[in-house]
Amino acid sequence: MTAGTEEILSFEEALEKYDPVLGFEVHVELNTRTKMFSSAPNAFGDVPNTNVTPVDLGLPGVLPVVNRVAVESAIKIGLALGCKIAEKCYFARKNYFYPDTPKNFQTSQYEDPIAYDGSIDIELADGTVFTVAIERAHMEEDAGKLTHMGGSTGRIQGAEFSLVDYNRAGVPLIEIVTKPIEGVGSRAPELAKAYVAAIREIVKNLGVSDARMERGNVRCDANVSLRPYGQEKFGTRTETKNVNSLRAVEHAVRYEIQRHAAVLDSGTPITQETRHWHEDTRSTTSGRPKSDADDYRYFPEPDLVPVVTDEAWIGRLRSELPEPPAERRKRLQADWGYSDAEFRDVVNAGVMSSVEDTIAAGVSAAVARKWWMGEISRRAKIADVEPAELGVTPELIVELNFLIESGKINDKLSRDVLDGVLAGEGTPTEVVEKRGLAVVSDDGPLLEAIDGALAAQPEVAEKIRGGKVQAVGAIVGGVMKATRGQADAGRVRELILQRLGVEGQL
Amino acid sequence: MAEINRDDVAHLARLAHIDMSDDELDRMAGELAVIVDSIKSVSEVAGDDVPATSHPIPLSNVFRDDVVGETLSNEEALLGAPDNADGRFKVPAILDGE
Repeated sequence: MTAGTEEILSFEEALEKYDPVLGFEVHVELNTRTKMFSSAPNAFGDVPNTNVTPVDLGLPGVLPVVNRVAVESAIKIGLALGCKIAEKCYFARKNYFYPDTPKNFQTSQYEDPIAYDGSIDIELADGTVFTVAIERAHMEEDAGKLTHMGGSTGRIQGAEFSLVDYNRAGVPLIEIVTKPIEGVGSRAPELAKAYVAAIREIVKNLGVSDARMERGNVRCDANVSLRPYGQEKFGTRTETKNVNSLRAVEHAVRYEIQRHAAVLDSGTPITQETRHWHEDTRSTTSGRPKSDADDYRYFPEPDLVPVVTDEAWIGRLRSELPEPPAERRKRLQADWGYSDAEFRDVVNAGVMSSVEDTIAAGVSAAVARKWWMGEISRRAKIADVEPAELGVTPELIVELNFLIESGKINDKLSRDVLDGVLAGEGTPTEVVEKRGLAVVSDDGPLLEAIDGALAAQPEVAEKIRGGKVQAVGAIVGGVMKATRGQADAGRVRELILQRLGVEGQL
Repeated sequence: MAEINRDDVAHLARLAHIDMSDDELDRMAGELAVIVDSIKSVSEVAGDDVPATSHPIPLSNVFRDDVVGETLSNEEALLGAPDNADGRFKVPAILDGE
């Protein structure tokens, strides 16, 4: 099926007719040093098939051994999601044939996940809060990476063969599964994005994952179903797989709501299937229908013994948890003295941590906000990247601010200096020198410009001599123009008044 | 006698990627039924006070420290592969679209 050829309703019409129900499965790759069941390095971007041991390749006679840190990370995630932690849980084999696992099964958990029954509050951009119930969080392992070769587009359709790299096989994964999320209505796409963002924030804050979506550290499968308003029974759902950016999660949920509505309107039942998300067309296409192959014949993993937890262990891990993100936000807003609107803007722009680091590096909360919400956000928007990805360091802002406060440059010039630094021309001080951007502070050239401006507007000069000091602005303006903004306006004013012999009347 | 019919066996064979002839399917239906019955007799003996067991040895929490150990080289990893290319395992294209 070609992408984007299916009928869809407008989002508004779909929501008028149907009540959406969502569900998410988010996979989080842990940042342990080694894999879940082997001592091979858990590392990204290495030479293919070098971070592997016989365990990861499923060679005969091998025995897996559980990574203690991965279990502790799983418990921490469970605690951060308000889950209960299982007193005793098991690993299970999920059997399927696909070359991304050389063992023909994935070691996972089935009936007894390590964490279950949690909930988190998700705050949308306008401050609305939805509570999302967490069904479970369980431990499993990642699969290898397949590259399809010979097809026209690198997609599986038309591929002649596939190449497999098992470096990722066995990397510890935590799968977080929500209960069905009801009653979100038109906020469904926003909630989807905010939920995944919250999970990413939590695991990053815990320090258990690098949480880089572009590297697949956090991956989302989004379930969507629709039902007529007032109906209790859920409609048939589809599962859009591997939606791997926050924006894509929002768009995929929105698209599936629109598509489901059109299918239901035509009187056709929804096919329960997986869907593939296409960023280019912002649409999904049919993946694989639910079938026999989904019978995974789970059974307890005979090569691993149960994981048993006790109060002492869980208590120690609980005591190691960092401040939860929501509480951190409250504390930071109070510390910085931002209004609700100012703080929300900072959070929504994704620069809260940057602002925090910048304040810690030695500027005021107002200055940090000015930079991150102003010049840096503006440049990020133009470059279509996150502000934090521009390469602006807290130290850079401290130095720019120092140059402004010490009168070496002004606000206007500081933007040119920032451009120069981002273009790789050196530190702010070096850029000021190289580009000749310093505020003109040597009185010689200033006096020359002042004399020029006075000569150009003799009637204004006369007024000032006569005591109308407020008229000095016109002369200052002339000087600033002549120096192309590189003069310190305060100093110019002082010099003009001196020149005209009215300095005593300042 | 447990009810394992021919279709059940055919379904399992398909899931397990095992080719079975018609004769084998018929024979295995009967044999599997006997095995299921035998195992069922265990649950008759074990009362509610006996918890389900996943492992014959009463051990728990066998963990490994998170320390990197020895790995295979790329050449060693690919040694037993039927085919390889570009340092990776080469497998036939898989058609089920996943």
